[in-house]
Amino acid sequence: MEYSFSDEQQQFRDVVQRFMRDKSPMTEVRRLMATKDGFDRDLWVQSCDDLGLAGLHVPEAYGGSGFGFVEVGIVAEEMGRSLLCSPYLGSSILATSVILHAGSEEQKRDLLPDLIAGKTVACLAFAEASGHWNSDGVELTALQSGKDVLLNGKKKFVLDGCAADVIIVVARRPGTHGREGIGLYITEGMSTGLGRRSLDTIDETRKLAELSFDGVRAQVLNDSESAVAAIGHALDDGAIALANEMIGGAQALLDSAVEYTKLRMQFGRVIGSFQAVKHKCAEILLDVELAKSAAYYAAEARAENHPDVSMLASLAKATAADAYMRTAIEAIQLHGGIGFTWDHDTHLWYKRAKSSEVLLDDPTYHRNRYMAFQEVLHELK
Amino acid sequence: MSLSEDTRIQQDVRAWLQENWDPDASLIDWRNKLADSGWGVPHWPKQWFGREMPVSMMPIIDAEFERIGAVGVAKIGIRMLAAATLLDCANDNQKSRFLRRILTGEDTWCQLFSEPGSGSDLAGATTRADRDGDNWIINGQKVWTTSAHHAEWGLLLARTDWDVPKHQGLSFFVVDMRQDGIEVQPLKQMNGYASFNQVFFTDVPVASENVVSAVGDGWKVAMTTLAHERRTSDALRRWGKVSDRPGRIYDEERAEVATVMEPYKWYPQRAGRIDLIWPRMVETDRMNDPMVRQEVAKLLMLSYTAEWTAQRARAAQAHGRPQGPEGSLGKLASSHLARAAAKVHTLIGSADALLKGSDGATNGVIAEVLLSVPATSIAGGTDEIQRNIISERVLGMPKEPRMDGGAFRDVPKNPARKS
Repeated sequence: MEYSFSDEQQQFRDVVQRFMRDKSPMTEVRRLMATKDGFDRDLWVQSCDDLGLAGLHVPEAYGGSGFGFVEVGIVAEEMGRSLLCSPYLGSSILATSVILHAGSEEQKRDLLPDLIAGKTVACLAFAEASGHWNSDGVELTALQSGKDVLLNGKKKFVLDGCAADVIIVVARRPGTHGREGIGLYITEGMSTGLGRRSLDTIDETRKLAELSFDGVRAQVLNDSESAVAAIGHALDDGAIALANEMIGGAQALLDSAVEYTKLRMQFGRVIGSFQAVKHKCAEILLDVELAKSAAYYAAEARAENHPDVSMLASLAKATAADAYMRTAIEAIQLHGGIGFTWDHDTHLWYKRAKSSEVLLDDPTYHRNRYMAFQEVLHELK
Repeated sequence: MSLSEDTRIQQDVRAWLQENWDPDASLIDWRNKLADSGWGVPHWPKQWFGREMPVSMMPIIDAEFERIGAVGVAKIGIRMLAAATLLDCANDNQKSRFLRRILTGEDTWCQLFSEPGSGSDLAGATTRADRDGDNWIINGQKVWTTSAHHAEWGLLLARTDWDVPKHQGLSFFVVDMRQDGIEVQPLKQMNGYASFNQVFFTDVPVASENVVSAVGDGWKVAMTTLAHERRTSDALRRWGKVSDRPGRIYDEERAEVATVMEPYKWYPQRAGRIDLIWPRMVETDRMNDPMVRQEVAKLLMLSYTAEWTAQRARAAQAHGRPQGPEGSLGKLASSHLARAAAKVHTLIGSADALLKGSDGATNGVIAEVLLSVPATSIAGGTDEIQRNIISERVLGMPKEPRMDGGAFRDVPKNPARKS
């Protein structure tokens, strides 16, 4: 482990940061969060062209830039800081990772170049009404029909499900239980029998959909035993990217809160001179820095194919989610009344913190999962 | 520094050790030889027992000592803070009087800074030094003084001027601890140990030649000591490392280490003993309790992220980058960690937390954790002071308005204690 970024990575961060600052000011975030898709297709294509965002961790053979996951973390962190509205997490991480891990060579060559160019957007339809990203709970069925399948059932909490051109669905063979019979299937956004409803989300900068499948024809991405593992890899990638996104957002909140306390006068002095305020800020800083260490470590572990990457993904997700939420709560508190108004931007990060806390399962789930891995390490299971 | 110079130094030290190292020598004779040759503290000035070598050469030299098991100069205890402070701030007369016997380990030192009335506010010391001809007369009380009961010398911070602002009225003295008027009493802590002392001064004379730096410069000198203390506190864990080889010199070194380390026996417990979490969970069969799992996971995650945060600070330093916020957070993180560990040990042990000693879990170690953890958020700078430092130096937030400006005589103080 390096525990630090290389000069090249630092320069890359500067470039990404500049791009976000120029292209995604808060006026843009507010404009886009009120649209149906929740992001700007042209800007997305541009960020893929200029920065190669969508293909960072994709091998060059499929049009990616073949970087490691540390660069993914950097991009996610800067996106979280600027609250960029984009299909990055849903399409470039979750869907792309599952294609990379589960797809055939031909499917990768067919699907990835367009995703990486930003020409198409994909989603991973996994969770259902129960609200867990867990294969055991999947009820949607895939019935064989020639060499395709027909999908029947419902998906919920699907990131960018309404905007997606390519839909990857986790489904099970009829009559199977648990992890048995789980497979990955591909269909298109415009498929017959597919109903898409945009869900009314607390976090308006992150669009979620409910998808209903009524005999939707889909192709097999992977219906072998390796499908479950591929889903696991994609979820780990998602958790690590999301953890890095969260620390960027938490840092933005801390920065804005501290800045405000240095300006706001009450009782004849700036409120940032009160120890009650200073000590709170010091604790937030500690929280955020510890969470950064977790997120950076997990990203580096993923880049190095560390054997404990799943355990570290859960550690990072749980730590960053708690730190982000605590920071968001205190950031509003430090702003006082103005922090509770719609016109002030703090609530937009607060809502992102809330959506990030629960998306891909909550900290309690991840701590339990972490303990299961720890038990294996300690040879107790 | 070129590779050839590395090799040359390595050859020099190796040749010198081959010639001189004798495991059957007395510890003090051997260390006098080290002091004379400059190989005991090669990074010190030539004039003062060193060879003016860059600190970066030290690993090469240490490795040569380790290779043949040669003992070094005294490197543990408060005497090292004394050495660093004197090297930085003392005059030549003082250096020649004290440094050699610090290196040989003949003299033990203690640090007389904290007082019952000034803990976090160290510059509010009220122990007084009044001039009397060529002497200063010391009156007052110091506290939390490790090793005072067997120290030959003390580093004393005392007030010499009450009519100037508080930081300007302090002076720094070297005090002979073996004289009349100094009473040392052990201070028993809530965990049952007595690792520290209270020291009472009644009309104790100290010669003017024992003032370090100028009269009135005491705060600056004390800051030098504290900077060294912070730098070396990480090394505490390594202090206990002793050789198990046979031989007179090793016996004497082991005895020295045992004496110095005695007050620190419970320090692992005050950090929380995270290493005992898994054994305790197995022992108590609490592994599958969902509440325990959650709390243990939180604790382990905190422990790992604190460690990685320290690693990030070290990596930044190694790359020559300016230190980020991660470098200032370690102390506060350890406090959180220690408290969380005590909570989790209680959760795992439940009723076991009622008992200590041989009745307690892990032969009383867990009880010691529960009773030692409160020290972590106080000793070496309270959490409150840490949060002030972090918010002011890292986040750039303004200081609280102060109430202690002007002549120290007029600053509100704690009532004097009756001894």
